[in-house]
Amino acid sequence: MKREQAPTLYSSACRGVLWLLLLFIPLHAFAATEKDEARARLLFTEVRCVQCQSESIADSDAQIAGDMRREIRADIAAGRTDAEIRKELFDHYGDYVLFRPRLTLSNLILWTLPLLIVGVGGVFMFTRRKNLVESTQYALSDDEENKLRIIMKKRD
Amino acid sequence: MTHFNEIGSYCLVLAFSLSLGQALVVAAGQTKPLRGLARYAEGLSLAAALAIVISFGVLIYAFIRSDFSVVNVFEHSHTDKPLLYKISGAWGSHEGSMLLWCTILLVFGAMITLRGGGLPAGLKHKALGVQGLLGAAFVGFTLFSSNPLWRLADAPLQGQSLNPALQDPALAFHPPMLYLGYVGLSVVFSFAVAALIEGRLDRAWARWIRPWVLLAWSFLTIGITLGAFWAYYELGWGGWWAWDPVENASFMPWLAATALLHSAIVMEKRDALKAWTVFLAILAFTFSMMGAFLVRSGLLTSVHAFAVDPQRGILLATILLMTSGAGFTLFAVRAPTLSPGGLFAPVSREATLVLNNLLLSAALCSVFLGTLYPILMQALFNKTMSVGAPYYLAVFGPIMIAALAIVPISGLMAWKRADLKGVLQRLMASFAVAALAAAIGAILYRGPTLLSQAEYMVGLLTGFWLILGSLRTLMQHLDFRLNRVGKALRRLPAVPLATWGMLFAHIGLGVFVLGAVVESHQKLSVMQSVAIGDTLKLGQYNLTFKSLYKQAGPNYDAQGGAFEITDAKGKLVCEPRPQRRFYPASNQVQSKVALCFTPLDDLYIVMAEPQMAADGPNAGKASWQVRFFYNPWVRLIFLGPLLMALGGVFSLCDRRLRLGIVKKAVKA
Repeated sequence: MKREQAPTLYSSACRGVLWLLLLFIPLHAFAATEKDEARARLLFTEVRCVQCQSESIADSDAQIAGDMRREIRADIAAGRTDAEIRKELFDHYGDYVLFRPRLTLSNLILWTLPLLIVGVGGVFMFTRRKNLVESTQYALSDDEENKLRIIMKKRD
Repeated sequence: MTHFNEIGSYCLVLAFSLSLGQALVVAAGQTKPLRGLARYAEGLSLAAALAIVISFGVLIYAFIRSDFSVVNVFEHSHTDKPLLYKISGAWGSHEGSMLLWCTILLVFGAMITLRGGGLPAGLKHKALGVQGLLGAAFVGFTLFSSNPLWRLADAPLQGQSLNPALQDPALAFHPPMLYLGYVGLSVVFSFAVAALIEGRLDRAWARWIRPWVLLAWSFLTIGITLGAFWAYYELGWGGWWAWDPVENASFMPWLAATALLHSAIVMEKRDALKAWTVFLAILAFTFSMMGAFLVRSGLLTSVHAFAVDPQRGILLATILLMTSGAGFTLFAVRAPTLSPGGLFAPVSREATLVLNNLLLSAALCSVFLGTLYPILMQALFNKTMSVGAPYYLAVFGPIMIAALAIVPISGLMAWKRADLKGVLQRLMASFAVAALAAAIGAILYRGPTLLSQAEYMVGLLTGFWLILGSLRTLMQHLDFRLNRVGKALRRLPAVPLATWGMLFAHIGLGVFVLGAVVESHQKLSVMQSVAIGDTLKLGQYNLTFKSLYKQAGPNYDAQGGAFEITDAKGKLVCEPRPQRRFYPASNQVQSKVALCFTPLDDLYIVMAEPQMAADGPNAGKASWQVRFFYNPWVRLIFLGPLLMALGGVFSLCDRRLRLGIVKKAVKA
């Protein structure tokens, strides 16, 4: 009689993990929402409710937020692109309404400095590391230097 | 009974004088003839802490007794308030919270004396001197411009009560936790300045500050999480983090402290990154003070901000500029004289930690710019602008993802010189499983755009990678082999607590990332006007408005809706009861959110005020604006940081930190 090969611990563990992961994925949330509505909701998070305290129109239940949501939905239904809608909002309310600041000369530092830090810092690390590695052999730590000093004193 | 308050005021003056004395004896002790004076700073720090604790105790007692002869109690309390909120009212205002800040500051100063047995006397006394100076500045500010124990000539019979939004358990504990974090960093600052004055920065110093950084970081983590949780279920907007300037103000010291935590490890192990670590130590407390300043300056409007008073703002800004300005100046003068450390191979654990610091600094920079840019644009060019979530997602997000991606690699790397190829090979399986899970998640999720689909997948990958990669690190420590599981498990108790701390912190981070990614991408919501009997549909859930009910609370009258949620099969999920609470004392209405607990997801219902519909199907009937959210995996967002803070506590309990091993080593 041929014995069925028992699953190895590893494979069953893997399978277990997979099932566990699948269980946790909230399947019921995947009911298809209309693309337009999803696009509108994404845009809402970018638009500041102009009469509220730093809230987007997605979060605010103020009257004006409702009006703005309605306008944006209408714009999307009319076939406008996100860029056109942003432009229209900017023309109407100015920079204040956009939670995503425009890429302008005065906003250049805001948009680029963090990435510049990564770039310059990375280059710095990369170019300096050679002499660092070379000098490793010769450097003494503070403790070692202290000990050395004590030894030297004893010699004197 | 009112003489109690005078004792409190007296003790506040005493605490100010003692702190000033503490700074002065240390300063005097730097001259040769008065050298012996510096050690009196120890006793003075204990006395100052005692005085301020009494003063703060008196304020709390005045709140408990509802002693309205104290202005602060009159303005922020009411006899009908439950005891917890009477007590938390003591730090619910600008003045009271300043006193809390000072209390923690001086108590931590005393802790330097009490716990600093192994410290060299010179360093300890200089640190106490700096701490005394900070204490004098902040206690002086509280005493002269924001005294919470100020009295009224005629005590009113009733108080004006606390803002109802602040009457919440999470918010009762949020400020103390946050301040323990903010002010814990003051000790690190004092040690940094003291070491710069001494001109001695060595591995021992890094070890001395590490428990303080860990302590402050853990409290800060808990404090920010409580704040986010409060914003989530008390403010009724369904979100938990808005990149609001005040939230950012608490996040910046956290980022700086996180970077400091990691660079101090490098300094302790490899005697490298000295100047950078000391710079971060000064920076972290600078951001703490900036947080305190921003909230009180009137520069920002936010739900978390205190009442506006420009004069106090200017005073606080002066303290901030003088203390951190002095710190940074000292750093600029002394940093070049520090023995250059920074000796390490490009492939080593210290190199990955340096990379982590670089990325964290860039991330910190983006939060800093995003917070201050609108203020600066307004002040300099009179232009209004906004910086919000889309900016942070675009700039902060990728930098942080990069920082998180190297975490598991760093955990498996050896100090000094590591084998990158070997490390990557060992992480292959973790990465494969994480990628598979992320891919499955991304396929199941139908994002509105390709970009959001990609964001979702990268986010899931990062979260799973952090968790699985950390588990792989644990396996490494246990020398885990599939055919010798028992042997590996027996090694569990031998894993050092500091390692557990690291694993918990990184796994917690992964848990948080998963929660944040799933919640932000899969959240559903609907807002509609409903009358009794109406049903709202959201995803697979149906919310039915059954009836209205009334309830009398301790200091409010509530009107609530009894709802019923059923799933697609018609099975009852839960019966949420959101409320609208009217607080007669302050004549304010507060919406109370109802949460349905499913293991990971939240169903979140909030009711707005009733209205009479003029037309439509509900004409002539009263209806309520109801917002109904489905927040998947939102629990993980709050669970993750708690795991992280727990990790901090584990690390703190590690024997290596408690014992003065370094001290012994130096003696030997």
